[in-house]
Formats: sequence, structure tokens, C-alpha cells
Amino acid sequence: MSSASAHVVIVGAGHAGGTAAALLRQYGHGGPITLIGEEPIPPYQRPPLSKAWLKGEADADSLALKPVEFYGENGIDFRPNVAATALDRAAKTVTLSDGATVSYDLLILATGARAISLPIEGKDLDGILFLRTAADAETLKATVGPGKTLAVVGGGYIGLEVAASGRALGADVVVIEREERLLARVACNTLSSFFQGYHERHGVTFELGETVVGYAGADGHVTGVKLDDGRTIACDAVVVGVGAHPNDELAKAAGLECARGVVVDLDARSVTDPDVFAIGDVAHRPMPIYDRMFRMESVPNALEQAKQAASAIMGKPRPPGECPWQWSDQYDLKLQIAGYAFDVDEIVVRGDPQAGKFAVFHLKGDQVQSVEAINSPPEFMMGKMLILNRKPVDKAKLADPSVSMKEVAI
Amino acid sequence: MAKITYIEHDGTKHEIDVKTGLTVMEGAVKNNIPGIDADCGGACACATCHVYVDEAWLSKTGDKSSMEESMLDFAEGVQENSRLSCQIKVSDELDGLVVTMPESQH
Repeated sequence: MSSASAHVVIVGAGHAGGTAAALLRQYGHGGPITLIGEEPIPPYQRPPLSKAWLKGEADADSLALKPVEFYGENGIDFRPNVAATALDRAAKTVTLSDGATVSYDLLILATGARAISLPIEGKDLDGILFLRTAADAETLKATVGPGKTLAVVGGGYIGLEVAASGRALGADVVVIEREERLLARVACNTLSSFFQGYHERHGVTFELGETVVGYAGADGHVTGVKLDDGRTIACDAVVVGVGAHPNDELAKAAGLECARGVVVDLDARSVTDPDVFAIGDVAHRPMPIYDRMFRMESVPNALEQAKQAASAIMGKPRPPGECPWQWSDQYDLKLQIAGYAFDVDEIVVRGDPQAGKFAVFHLKGDQVQSVEAINSPPEFMMGKMLILNRKPVDKAKLADPSVSMKEVAI
Repeated sequence: MAKITYIEHDGTKHEIDVKTGLTVMEGAVKNNIPGIDADCGGACACATCHVYVDEAWLSKTGDKSSMEESMLDFAEGVQENSRLSCQIKVSDELDGLVVTMPESQH
């Protein structure tokens, strides 16, 4: 059977899975497409959940990737409220939680990642929330507001976005972070202290270098977060943002090679089985500009890999090389990040953090590995190009904001 | 509702009725029109919803914010009539709007 008429089954109806289905139709795929999702609603954008949606500036319609009619009109068999429970690669079938079995010619795993829960006392109390789905965000929005205290466990980007939205909703917010600084795993000191200061000026309190050992509760509802120094931080709700774990159990059980996620090639195809693809948060994928493989959790990555898989299935040329990137909105700050800070030996700050407009460049020799740009689109846009094209830069020019970003390449 | 004509780089035309209040980008994405990627979903963070606005409509689509301006400054194939389509809100005034997509959004 040619790929063009193959039955493509997509497991996971998030940003990656939904986009793959739409792109297959856009690229002219004529065969049946089945899209299997655990949530009750069709694919939607998750980033606004911690930003515009939480603040009431976006509604369910605007979150949806496509209108609900799109799937029926385009011959996409969208099956909500079901999970895939088993994969039989020899028989080429997927078993679903409702007992159905679906046969596939080609399978796309887009099962995503799930929020990590801390295995501590009180973890099952009501009011301990994660922010992964629209339902999570709905609960959070109903819980926080004026007169309420929101405790955020984890000082990463999700935690900080929730903190900013919590303040916008009028709640008191305290962020608890195990490391001595915010964003410790992902950003440099300059950025960490900038964000801390900015959030403090917006009324957020921080408990840094504090390990959470348990949750206090009354009548089944959380009332506080217990720290290892013996204190309890009183709160009405908790959001836990301490990272995510890939949902690769289905793949592992079916004998597909997994590292931290399903191992795939540049076409997003499993290295074990040519009829299986894995895209988005669940994929452990090559990234040629860094000459290594890793797993990413970002929308641009989900979209890029959806493109790779759909292109491979339709026999289209592979999409051009990409520079991974992501963004975050907090208060009036726009943070844009390009690349990853691998093997960095020098950091160059361009602009003035005090003015809330600056960029941090991470260099390996005279090459840019990554850039974190605060309210600085030119630095982000040009940085992304420099990273992708592996162009060397003049560090003195890079450090001087009076020199245009168009002139920093050597 | 406003009728918007999206023209792909290869000349393929799509006439779409777009609800007032959506952006020109959302009108394309929700109807699966090729050529507008909109990676960031409308946060003005990526410049992958770049379009050329038909000259006759330029004044009606409003002014660019400084954020949009500086994103566009570094996008590929930028012209005088370049806009980020996530920053153009659809209103009755834009009934008949014509936009053309660039060769690539990278």
C-alpha cells in the first residue's frame, strides 16, 4: 500500500497530534486518519493556559487549533475520551481504553508528557493542581482570586507564568523553589535575578533553597505547603510545576527503542520500526545543529516534528533545518529563547537588565549557542538565524547595543 | 463576518468568511489554509504568519506596533506591505481584504 492511501492512526490529540492530522490533509493525504485523544475536546493550544486563558483573555474557541467541525469535514475520525492501552506492532493494531482495537498502516505516537507529581505526604489533597490540560486550568481559574493565596512549587517558566497570572487575578502568590535561584536548570544568573526582581516588584514572594516535604490539609483540602526547615506556608491552592515525564510507556512495552522518550530519526520515524513515528514532547530526536539527540517540550518542536512526519509520509522533502525556540509571557515581559545552551564557555549580555530590555547570549567560542531575549525581538530573530547558520560573531559588537544586530556576524 | 482572500505563493486562492474579532492569522489557520504557520498561536513571538497586504487595504489594516515592526525587520522577504497576520483583527471594514503569503515562513 502506498503511503498516500495508508490508514494513519495518531495516538495523542495535543498540539503535535492535531497538527499532524491537519498537515496530512493539507499535503493531500487521501487515506483514512484516526486521531485518538484522552481529553474530551479536540486539539487546542496549551501555552495560553498559563497566560491569556488563565487571565480570562482567551476562550475555548480561540484555544482550539481547528473548529470542531473541521475533523468531520476533513474525514478525520477524532475519538475523544479514550487512551491507547496497548500497541501490537506485529499485528499493527492499537488497543483502546474503551475496548476497541484500531488497525493502522502507519502510526504516529504523540502522547506527550505528564506533569511530575512529588511523592510526598498529602499529595492527594484537593487543591493541589497541575497545569497541563484545559480542565486543570479551569480548576485553577475557579480557585484563585482576591483574598486567596496561591503557592507555586517550582520556580521554572511554568511556575513563573502561573505566578504572574495569579497576581493578575488578584491572588497572593508565593513561589517555592528547591534551588537557590529561579530557572536554575534553564537560565543564567543574570536572567534568574532579573525575573526574581521583576516578580517581587509585582508582589510575588519567594522561598528559595527550600525543599517541599509535604502538604498540610483540612477536610481533604490543601491548607499549606510544608518545608524542610519546619515551616508551613499557608495557602488555598498549590500549583506544582517541577517538570514533566514523557508518556513513552506504550512505546516501551511494544519494544520500540526509548531513551528519555521514543528514539526517532530526522523524519520523526522510530529507529526501531519504520511504520511508527513519534512527535512532540514524547520524542527523543536528533538536533543536527548541536550534533546530539534530546527531548524537547515546546510548541515549535511539536509543530516541527508534525511537519517532519507528515512530509515523510507524503514523500515531500524534509522541512529545512530549524533552530529550536520557545517563548514566555509574564506581566508586560516578552521572553523569547532561541537554541539551547550546550557546551557554553562565555556569556554576553547585550542591553540593560535594569531597563527591562536586554538579551543574554550563550557562546561556544565565537558561535552563538542560545539567546534569551527580554523585550528584544531583533536579538531573538537575528540570534535564531546565527544559531541556525552557525555564523561566528564579533563579541565586542554583540555586547554593544548601539551596533545593529544585522552587523554582529563576522 | 468578512470575506478574506488568502493567496498562496503559487497563486492558489482561498476565499474564506472570517468571523469578526478573529485575527487574519486565525482565519487562515482554523481553515487549514497552507502558507501561514503561526507557530506561537498569535503571541507576536515568531513572525511565521507573515503576509503581504494588498495595497488597497493597507490603510484599513491599521498601524504596526513596535514589537511587530522589529519582528518583521528580521523576517525573510519583507516588503513595504508586510504584516504579521496575527496582529490584524478582522472587522466588517475588512470585508474583501486580500492578503498574499510569502514563499516561506522561515
